[in-house]
Amino acid sequence: MPLYLNDDQAMLRDTARGFIAAEGAIAKQLRHLRDAGSKDGLGRDLWKQFAEMGFTGILIDEGDGGLGLGHVEAGIVLEEIGRNLTPSPFLTSAVAFVAALKGTALRERWYPGILSGETVAALAIDEGAKHRPDSIAMRAERSGNGFRLSGAKQFVVHGASADVTLVAARTDEGLTLFAVEKEARGLDVEGVRLADASIGARLAFDNVEVDADAVVGEVGGGESVLARALNAGRAGAAAELVGVGAAAMDMTVGYLKQRKQFGRLIGEFQALQFRAAHLYSELEIARAATLKAQQLLDEGDSGAEAMVSVAKAKAGRAAQLAVQEGVQMHGGIGMTDEYDIGLYMKRDRVLNELFGDPAYHADKLARMHGY
Amino acid sequence: MAEGDMGEFREDVRAWLEANCPAEMREPVRGESDMCWGGRNPAFKSEAQRRWLEAMAERGWTVPDWPKDYGGGGLSPAETKVLRQEMARIGARNPLMSFGISMLGPALLKYGDEEQKKRFLTEIARGEIRWCQGYSEPGAGSDLASLQTKCEDKGDHWLVNGQKVWTSYADKADWIFCLVRTDPQVPKHQGISFLLFDMASEGVSTRPILLISGYSPFCETFFDDVKVPKDQLVGALNKGWDVAKYLLGHEREMISGMGLGGQSDSLGQALAAAVADDPILRADVARFDVDQMAFRAMSERFIDELKVGQAHPAQPSMMKYAGTELNKARHELVMAAGGSDALEWESERSNKGKAAREWLRTKANSIEGGTSEIQLGIVAKRILELPGG
Repeated sequence: MPLYLNDDQAMLRDTARGFIAAEGAIAKQLRHLRDAGSKDGLGRDLWKQFAEMGFTGILIDEGDGGLGLGHVEAGIVLEEIGRNLTPSPFLTSAVAFVAALKGTALRERWYPGILSGETVAALAIDEGAKHRPDSIAMRAERSGNGFRLSGAKQFVVHGASADVTLVAARTDEGLTLFAVEKEARGLDVEGVRLADASIGARLAFDNVEVDADAVVGEVGGGESVLARALNAGRAGAAAELVGVGAAAMDMTVGYLKQRKQFGRLIGEFQALQFRAAHLYSELEIARAATLKAQQLLDEGDSGAEAMVSVAKAKAGRAAQLAVQEGVQMHGGIGMTDEYDIGLYMKRDRVLNELFGDPAYHADKLARMHGY
Repeated sequence: MAEGDMGEFREDVRAWLEANCPAEMREPVRGESDMCWGGRNPAFKSEAQRRWLEAMAERGWTVPDWPKDYGGGGLSPAETKVLRQEMARIGARNPLMSFGISMLGPALLKYGDEEQKKRFLTEIARGEIRWCQGYSEPGAGSDLASLQTKCEDKGDHWLVNGQKVWTSYADKADWIFCLVRTDPQVPKHQGISFLLFDMASEGVSTRPILLISGYSPFCETFFDDVKVPKDQLVGALNKGWDVAKYLLGHEREMISGMGLGGQSDSLGQALAAAVADDPILRADVARFDVDQMAFRAMSERFIDELKVGQAHPAQPSMMKYAGTELNKARHELVMAAGGSDALEWESERSNKGKAAREWLRTKANSIEGGTSEIQLGIVAKRILELPGG
């Protein structure tokens, strides 16, 4: 498969670009929600519009009512979300959660709500400040017909408003994933505003009872479910980071072409030109790595997981460079809340932590290569 | 084109390679001197190397995507990709390392007249002539267009006088493609022409330059009243800068390939023992592996986009910059992991200082074919469209 978008994908990109730039724009969504003190940190109306556009069904099979497309197409939407810093549950709900449920009985329970834009889903994986999915400690004990969950999760993106949360816990049989409903008794949800104005959550589980049919896949078979969710989530986050980085770069290059000092456009200065060109190069490479990871995931290639780590790490570092150079090259106004460039810096930081930062993924890649 | 449509072609290619690629030619190449360079008096390292070149040239697969009329394979972009994939799958070597293929050929395809194409491209495809590149001069490095090598019209021939420098393998080359000044009165870009001539011509001499690696891959090349037939000028008179720039794009693509670092996905895999008790170095190597694998994806994307005309014309500059900086980083890490073992310069144990000499060789990557700074300037102006001279 050639490593560029085919005609259908390019058409989807054009559609998504126009729609999200209009409806998901910073002033209309991010600033509006933030300044209104939204407890959700996302707009339910926009989520419905995403469903009407068909976006929420991208990864859902046609037999289940979706579009039956792949990670490349999901990434196309995510890049535009990244460009506009659109607060959207798309990544957690329509990408990671949908991927986790692939081939399981719970599809019938949850896919319809995601297809219609009624349901928001979250992922509860992290238990400490850093992403460490290999050392999940949370317990799920057998109890009657189901399980009792006890423990704590944090950095649960959209966890404060999620209708359902995918929870990773340990049973006697091994890692097991549960789809836990919002109303579950004993579940304490503390909404937490993060640096980028999004709302994450800390979840406390105090003997939360769930039925056996809340198990995603098999009891003790959580590794493969989690891997599906994380591969999809990481590739998706990489695509969103590429969007964040690309928009920050465009904004910055635009500024270099209009800001004058010493009687010249500052974009004439070689010191800035070289840094801008280096940034362009890094972002192009990150975009290629991300597309490669998405294609390998869609092909079910055995090398997909390694490439997903490459994409998440590379896109994270490239976007980080873009926002840092962006604020620096904007000078003083880059430090003001009025200008958007600082919002990109904040979003980048959150996305870099989500599902493992560049250090985590470089380490993971090294281990996969035996060192 | 979908994978399914290529199935039959892939089967044919696989079977043919299985039958025709000698086992020795599936071993990794050990440096530039281990490659097959062809030429009038080819120095084959082995019988297998000769057979492999002949078999591939016979099918036109030394240049799979060139037209059959000029010795190519006439393959489509998708077929060419399949061939490359199948060669990579069995570790088949490139049968011919050639500046004719990677640099001059594309320029001739675009700017050469029919007679020049028939004559030179066919020779290039078969590896019969080894070419060198006469671009840089002592006073014309990054500012290439200020070149001074004089070319006068003497009626029935051109007369060339001047000096080139950094001419790769000029002492081993059969012919040269050379930038010359045909009009000194006009602005510098408008008085340059693109000339081909035989290095055996009277008045051509070369002197190898000893480099920090201890090797002499580059030469100084002198022209003293060299007579060149009139039909060996490519493109229009005084329009050689267009040809030169086009060729540079292809040269940069070729050099950017350095960033791919052979067949292995992971540098850390090769350095595992050395980094095991050195967490900081391990982290540096792990970050490098991320960069390397990402760059490979970029390279695949670039080639795919190039074939369908989607790549930005200045994208080779970005690739050259990124690929060469990556290759330099690789060799810094190899040296760090090698420690004092890697410092040995002559011992058999160190394979005559292979690690150190290659490390030093890579320092030229970001200078030759236009420095990293020149590439960044091109990206800034032509892709980002930043203002200023």
